[in-house]
Amino acid sequence: MSDHLAHVADPHVEPEIHRAGERPSRLRPITVMILRIVLCLVFGLPLIFMVVSSFKPDNQIFADLGSWAAFLPVGEISLDNYIGVGERVPFATFMLNSILITVLTVTLGLIVNSMAAFALSRIEFRGQKVILAVVLATLIVPFETMALPLLWWVNTIPYFDGSQGWLDTYEVQIVPFIANAFSIYLFYQYFDSIPKELDEAATVDGAGWFRIYRSIVMPLAGPAIATVAILTFLPAWNSYLWPLMVVQSEDLRPVMVGLDYFKQATGSSGTAWGQIMAYASMITVPILALFIAFQRAFINSIASSGVKG
Amino acid sequence: MSATVVSEPVARTAPARRGSHKRNRRSTSVAIAMLVPAAVLMITFLIVPILLTFGLAFTNARLISPVPARFVGFDNFVRLFENETFWRSLINTVVFTIVIVPVQSGLALVLALLVNARVRGTNFFRTVYFLPVVTSIVVVSMLWLFMYQPNGLLNSILAQIGIQGPDWLGDPSWALFSIIMMSIWQAVGFHMIIWLSGLQTIPGELYEAASLDGANGWQQFVHVTWPGLRQTAIFILITITIAAFSLFSQVNIMTQGGPLDSTSTLVFLAVRTGFGLQQTGLAAAISLVFFALVLAVSLLQRYLTRDKEARR
Repeated sequence: MSDHLAHVADPHVEPEIHRAGERPSRLRPITVMILRIVLCLVFGLPLIFMVVSSFKPDNQIFADLGSWAAFLPVGEISLDNYIGVGERVPFATFMLNSILITVLTVTLGLIVNSMAAFALSRIEFRGQKVILAVVLATLIVPFETMALPLLWWVNTIPYFDGSQGWLDTYEVQIVPFIANAFSIYLFYQYFDSIPKELDEAATVDGAGWFRIYRSIVMPLAGPAIATVAILTFLPAWNSYLWPLMVVQSEDLRPVMVGLDYFKQATGSSGTAWGQIMAYASMITVPILALFIAFQRAFINSIASSGVKG
Repeated sequence: MSATVVSEPVARTAPARRGSHKRNRRSTSVAIAMLVPAAVLMITFLIVPILLTFGLAFTNARLISPVPARFVGFDNFVRLFENETFWRSLINTVVFTIVIVPVQSGLALVLALLVNARVRGTNFFRTVYFLPVVTSIVVVSMLWLFMYQPNGLLNSILAQIGIQGPDWLGDPSWALFSIIMMSIWQAVGFHMIIWLSGLQTIPGELYEAASLDGANGWQQFVHVTWPGLRQTAIFILITITIAAFSLFSQVNIMTQGGPLDSTSTLVFLAVRTGFGLQQTGLAAAISLVFFALVLAVSLLQRYLTRDKEARR
């Protein structure tokens, strides 16, 4: 789809056939290519610099800065920085924490939000429109607006064992983020496009709503599930502000907050930049690899989340 | 058809007409059951905190306190409006937004047009331009913190062409600009994708018609591309604006609001107040100011998009 429209949609590339009176386009293909490559360097070189520096000792990193060697894995390449990270902080713990929190937030979110969207879109009941309107209204409010009152609130409400406050737990990093108005909205839009005749046929066969949800609508909702999964996975993995405020103990710390603390934990001889780059690479490269592997799904998710609004 | 049928207990093989009565009665309870988890979570962790923002802003609540919070009226707001750091934070937030909105949306459009061009390699370049978006802002902040060092990568590159680079993060006149540059680098790929999807909804026939009429590249852009992108443009402008108002992570990692408050933002100040100093009431007041700004922008968007639909 994109290629056909891409050709016609771009006004800067001349159509194959010239018609009389037509002026040549402003940018020739070679100019486009040069600009593209320059921008490619702008966006790609810093990341390459980060990964390459992670394999070099600090003094060599700085020595290489004046030349192209900064972007090339040359000189004394080793895994020393990576080992150093492991010695300084419990990196594996941070990683497992992030994985646990992200997986739980995303999967519980898929279940809870799709069920809510199903109820709002397929089942007719009183108050349906009002609830939908309230859900959509909350979309305006960015998280940062209520982050501080939420902090006070989670410190006030009782925890499962009766003690006060949820601070310094896994739950406080997961539970507030399971229900998500945007996910509900995305599922709602998608469910609306699934024909209601399927529901009616199933009801005649004796199926209840939950059965319809589980066996008919959800299996058809693949694209919506993928979109919501991707759009909730990235913020959960990257979360920084919230865990920074609610979690103090190292055992529960996720990987992003760990990086911030790591920068302070560095050595007597000044900042251990090579190790910081190693830490940063370890948490970035897997995500970049995931993205490159699933880029079509990622990009479609982002694109479909826009413009509707 | 008979009245007794309606009150019979669950009959799985009931015909459709009887079934619809049962479905309505059961519908509501199933609907409620399916909504309850999301409802409970949203009320507890979204609705209540929003209400608390309004409530706590008028109290002297602290995060941990032996005495309950006391109502103090507008005291918090008076304190804020007399505080120079607050005004500095508000100004920085607005300046950051005013600069970043046109620059980032413009650059994203240029990227989208470049990527969209019918020249080989579209997917490759689109992927590369999007890589910073997928990278966590924490990682990007650390990386640029390193690159912005006085003896770091940026200044070394500039030295190669004979320019003495500034102290990017240490100089109060450069610090905010440095954060702006790095934020654009990280986020522009995201808006490129949104522009791209907008570009691809413009029907090809319009371009063919335009070039049959003799329109050149620029004229086609002005009369076909730009009008078709209006909806997309509004969405992009609004999302960049709200994201720009929310600036926090980069500041917290790279400059801690300095030097001399030149990079302090509303959210940064709110976190420092409500988390660092544990003054929840005051932080709620700052959050309320922030919310007012966001609300104003959102209402503006609704007005702009409603206007367009009316004209159509």
